[in-house]
Amino acid sequence: MSKIIFENVRKSFDRLDVLNGVSLEIEHGETHIVVGMSGCGKSVLLKCLLGIFEIDSGDILVDGMSARNKSQRNDYLKKFSILFQGNALFDSMTILENVEFGIRQLRNISPGQLKSIACEKLLSVGLEERVFNLYPAEISGGMQKRAALARAIALKPDVLLFDEPTSGLDPVTGGVICNLLKDTVKKLGITSVTITHDLKVAEFLSDRVSMLNKGRVVWTGHANDMKNCKNDFVEEFYQSSCAILGRH
Amino acid sequence: MIRSVATLGEYTLASLREMGRISIFAARGVVSCFFPPFFPGEILKQLLAVGFYSLPIVGLTALFAGMVLALQMHVGFARFNAEGAVASVVVIGITRELGPVFAGLMVAGRLGSSIAAEIGSMKVSEQIDALGTLLVDPLKFLVVPRIIAGVIMLPFLVLIADIIGVMGGFLVSITVLNFSSGTYLLQTVQSLQAIDVISGLVKASAFGFCITTFGCYHGFSSDLGARGVGRATTSSVVSSCIGVLVFNYLLTALFFGT
Repeated sequence: MSKIIFENVRKSFDRLDVLNGVSLEIEHGETHIVVGMSGCGKSVLLKCLLGIFEIDSGDILVDGMSARNKSQRNDYLKKFSILFQGNALFDSMTILENVEFGIRQLRNISPGQLKSIACEKLLSVGLEERVFNLYPAEISGGMQKRAALARAIALKPDVLLFDEPTSGLDPVTGGVICNLLKDTVKKLGITSVTITHDLKVAEFLSDRVSMLNKGRVVWTGHANDMKNCKNDFVEEFYQSSCAILGRH
Repeated sequence: MIRSVATLGEYTLASLREMGRISIFAARGVVSCFFPPFFPGEILKQLLAVGFYSLPIVGLTALFAGMVLALQMHVGFARFNAEGAVASVVVIGITRELGPVFAGLMVAGRLGSSIAAEIGSMKVSEQIDALGTLLVDPLKFLVVPRIIAGVIMLPFLVLIADIIGVMGGFLVSITVLNFSSGTYLLQTVQSLQAIDVISGLVKASAFGFCITTFGCYHGFSSDLGARGVGRATTSSVVSSCIGVLVFNYLLTALFFGT
């Protein structure tokens, strides 16, 4: 379990400010959801946390380890696993090889153990053995999501990150994946951060929710408290989401 | 007028910046070839992709290049009653120039596009970010195997292209131009010097480096989206082909310049 602190994080691209001073604390073992409209900087925030984007100012601390400290970079990165929006499975590898490849890079184990761990993880996310030797393009989106989750949890991370975990999935498969993510995080007892614009996903998965608007956190609280929030943007977001979901 | 000069200046500066970025990328690629970790499986895969799978197109090109060269030289030399020199010109032309350049251009078209498209798609689908999160340096995993494969396999392809090209010239000469096969082969062997073949192989290695580096660079720097990947693919092929021709001139000047 890890504690994550964002301290006044700023990031811009070609003079366009995407993150405008994000400050946020995510507690040990918390399931935290970051919601916001498309283009508000959610994915950039996640990539800054992962060190894929270097932040312009401020800091991100994970158990006291800074994302900006290059000398600790490998130890820092080992804390995370991520389920990318598009799954990011390697096209040229089979499903089994994808999981094995991840483990091989981070843990020094024998080929026999490698295969058994990879198979165990794939079975634990509900994939059948018949798909192990297929390529990502040969299986459905839901199966790809499961395979990507297996690769992520096989690395034994302290923090699991989910970027739009239900995007591109039908409602039924999306629901199944949400349940799987919730069970996985609960079973592993680790900190997780999920990026989504789907309020239903946020309510289902979260301990706490942060709302991002124009590169800033405008509200943090429990998902159920969102309807009582007096912030104009949060109110608008909540009501629009409810209208789509058919709630009043 | 001032506006035109300013536009020209901006274009020049942008081109210089791009050349600088490519040079830095190439230097990082070369340095990475000498430091672990290495990915032997990936290197083997790329050796096959560059060498084995390019063989049919390179062989076919060389065959027709040799055949056409024999025909054209025969027509040209007939004007000076020097038809006997066809064998010498075919073997020197193929080994020094046509073999390496045609093989380079064919591989640039085939491989330059596929490398840029593959890496560009990996970037779009966040596979390159995923490598980073697994503590795998994308340069070592994606660029180094391709550069190694290009530098090693292009000379092999050119050697085979040389043999097929000379055979093409030989076939046309004995079947269409009525040369005696014994005389033709004897002239071929007598005209050929080691430097002719070696210079072609060195050129091939340089072309392999150039094609794979440009392909990887354009793949990595592609914009997101299908249009970005398409543009990267086009840029890769164009710059690889130009690179092959520039390197060809520089190395020819180095080997045979007075």
